[in-house]
Amino acid sequence: MAQRRTAWTRLTTPFANIPASTATTLALAIWVIVIGGWALLSYGRVVPNMFLPTPGTVLETTYRMSLDGSLFYHTLTSAKVVLLGFVVSSLIAVPLGLWMGTYRAVQAPLEPLVNFIRYLPVTSFVPLFILWIGIGIEQRIAVIFFGTFFQQLVMISDCARSVSRDLVNASYTLGTKRSEAVWHVIFPAALPSILDTLRVTMGWAWTYLVVAELVAASSGLGYISLKAMRGFQVDVIFMAIAAIGLLGLITDTAFRIIRARVAPWAP
Amino acid sequence: MTESIKANNLAGTAAASSDPRLAGTTMAIEDVTLRYGEANGVLALDDVSLKVARNEFCVIVGPSGCGKSSLLYLAAGLNDATSGSIRVDGREVIEPGPDRGMVFQSYTLFPWLTVRANIEYGPKRKGLPAEQRKQIVDQYLNEVGLAPFADHYPAQLSGGMKQRVAIARALANDPAVLLMDEPFGALDSQTRGTMQKLLLRVWERQQKTVLFVTHDIDEALVLGDRVLVMTARPGKIKAEIKVDISRPRSMDVILEPDFIALKRRILGLLHDEIDEDH
Repeated sequence: MAQRRTAWTRLTTPFANIPASTATTLALAIWVIVIGGWALLSYGRVVPNMFLPTPGTVLETTYRMSLDGSLFYHTLTSAKVVLLGFVVSSLIAVPLGLWMGTYRAVQAPLEPLVNFIRYLPVTSFVPLFILWIGIGIEQRIAVIFFGTFFQQLVMISDCARSVSRDLVNASYTLGTKRSEAVWHVIFPAALPSILDTLRVTMGWAWTYLVVAELVAASSGLGYISLKAMRGFQVDVIFMAIAAIGLLGLITDTAFRIIRARVAPWAP
Repeated sequence: MTESIKANNLAGTAAASSDPRLAGTTMAIEDVTLRYGEANGVLALDDVSLKVARNEFCVIVGPSGCGKSSLLYLAAGLNDATSGSIRVDGREVIEPGPDRGMVFQSYTLFPWLTVRANIEYGPKRKGLPAEQRKQIVDQYLNEVGLAPFADHYPAQLSGGMKQRVAIARALANDPAVLLMDEPFGALDSQTRGTMQKLLLRVWERQQKTVLFVTHDIDEALVLGDRVLVMTARPGKIKAEIKVDISRPRSMDVILEPDFIALKRRILGLLHDEIDEDH
């Protein structure tokens, strides 16, 4: 009679599954630790409240700013900037990336250029964008676009390139024409990894939000953080950060759901 | 097979097959040479010629690396020969086409399509009406015994089932010739036996021209009307062996004296090659 594995063995076995209840407990535990540590440091006055607000103060501020509608207003502005920048970027990057990964003739000229731009810091372009586009919402959208597009292009081109050659060959022997292969084979085959790429780059788009709102913004979560810094309102900064994180979590979950719906066949 | 598809295909090919030598021949490979890279590159195929008769089950057997798969890719039009010509129903092969169906060694089902949609892919490209497509798909689903799995995705199938769908998918296009590149090479030996039996049953019923490539001598002799023995470096057809074993064949055929004699001959041919090499 073989001995049953203990719970500890299972937890420490590479790639082994753990019960859903254990996973949930562990997921909750990390939040308890993070918020508990924060509470300990702030309520215990280990760090002065001027620099680290207590969870209570942050909740109070959130409640106050929710009541007067300002939290919703700033969140909406930020979400609009991020989503618009991301959608415009994705709408161009997906088809162009597919072409780039499929046709060497598209890849050869684009790749060196894209890899050059990809490594340029987005912040260094902000002055240029202000000169070119002005200080409206378009300038902020341009920052998000610039931060996301070139990364997306390279990653999506890789998605297309890693589609199995035999899959394309098989489609030819079934009557697919060369011009149809991108749409009928390479796109559907790469779709799950393209959606993963979009999910990951969506996260990057959020990280550029504060950079986008650094200059000349009059609303948005990044904007209120910057304003709060000048007034030493650390609680507002914390709230804004938490809001950005939460929005990121929501969009991430949305993408997971979309992927499961659109590509139920992919693991 | 529905009559109208058959008629369509014949209409498309009859005019082209003007060469009387090719009467009764589905596929003619003539003096095909394949060299990788420049003029002094590796010679993968050296002056290979062969003909496959209509409805014949022709098998090429040879060690790995002898160029047998390369030859099949050339026949499919997936690669270009350095010199020589390949004709199917009198028409020169210059690119891949649905008249040459292929089953690959690796699993090449479209993972985003269900079993049904995979089989339907070719007829859909052809522009057949939905009603006719359904009829064809149902026929081949039954033929390979996978009707209960019609709405499964490939990821939910075993290796043997995937290759059964791949065979059904290729046949649903009603190709002039079915090219098979070690289709059962990745399967365990029991599944391979089952698949061979299934393929023979389907082939006997459907009357298809098949060019099958394998390194497994038993497989070659169980399946083929004729076995071509291929040797490596450069790839050449060394011998042609007619398999005069009556059909339908059962899997027990491998125990019969005729079979064993043929197997011994092929083993001898392949061993000569290895001895020359070392």
